[in-house]
Amino acid sequence: MPDRPLSPHVWLYKFKYTLVSSFLNRITGCVLTAGLLVLVYWLMALASGPHAYATAVVALSHPLFKLLLAGLTFAFAYHLMAGIRHLIWDTGHGLERRQSRKSAWFIGAVSVLLTAALIAWACSRMGAP
Amino acid sequence: MSLRSPLGRVLGHGAAKEGVHHWWAQRVTSIALIPLTVWFVVSLLALPSFDHATVHAWVSQSWTALLLILFVGIVTWHSKLGVQVVIEDYVHGGTKTLSLILSTFAHTLVAAAAIFAVLKVAFGVAP
Repeated sequence: MPDRPLSPHVWLYKFKYTLVSSFLNRITGCVLTAGLLVLVYWLMALASGPHAYATAVVALSHPLFKLLLAGLTFAFAYHLMAGIRHLIWDTGHGLERRQSRKSAWFIGAVSVLLTAALIAWACSRMGAP
Repeated sequence: MSLRSPLGRVLGHGAAKEGVHHWWAQRVTSIALIPLTVWFVVSLLALPSFDHATVHAWVSQSWTALLLILFVGIVTWHSKLGVQVVIEDYVHGGTKTLSLILSTFAHTLVAAAAIFAVLKVAFGVAP
């Protein structure tokens, strides 16, 4: 295998909005990948019948798990917003520095609001956390 | 001086077409996932209750089952592509190959299990 150039190491970069928004997109993507395990566990429990489902509901209702679900909600909201931002970039729009800084703050704010709205909705449906 | 031709030296190492295919697949799956994820989250939270009977009845509806299969299939595909990039960026050498294989296996298992579960509910007799 030929020696290929490696990208500069992660900690070499200055801590700026560009780094934060890009890294958050990657981190939230990885968190959502872990969330797939929750999804498949829930679906398999559903398919296995009421007993297995009841067990899964007890496990998923644990306070620690609810915290995890809240984290997954934020990961979903942020990754969705950052993904839309990337798709807009792919059309060649919004790439100027000022626009990109503005959109970084915008998607951050919108994803926090969306997370709060989704958690509030979920709490109103399932009872308080 | 090597007697290998320039073509011989690059074959098997290049990203020609492959890289573009990965890039495109990531974009196309992300576009598909915008409506699919929003549909999933909203319809799940809008269910009248989260007990087994209600969720089972919801999943066994034809449109729900179809959209759920599309959702889990495309989301695991998108996840596989994303994890692949992360592994390629941070893991090197033999560990990289092993991690990529394990990631592919894990994603395939997750997709198969999720689709199997939806089909079992959709086609199965009521428990």
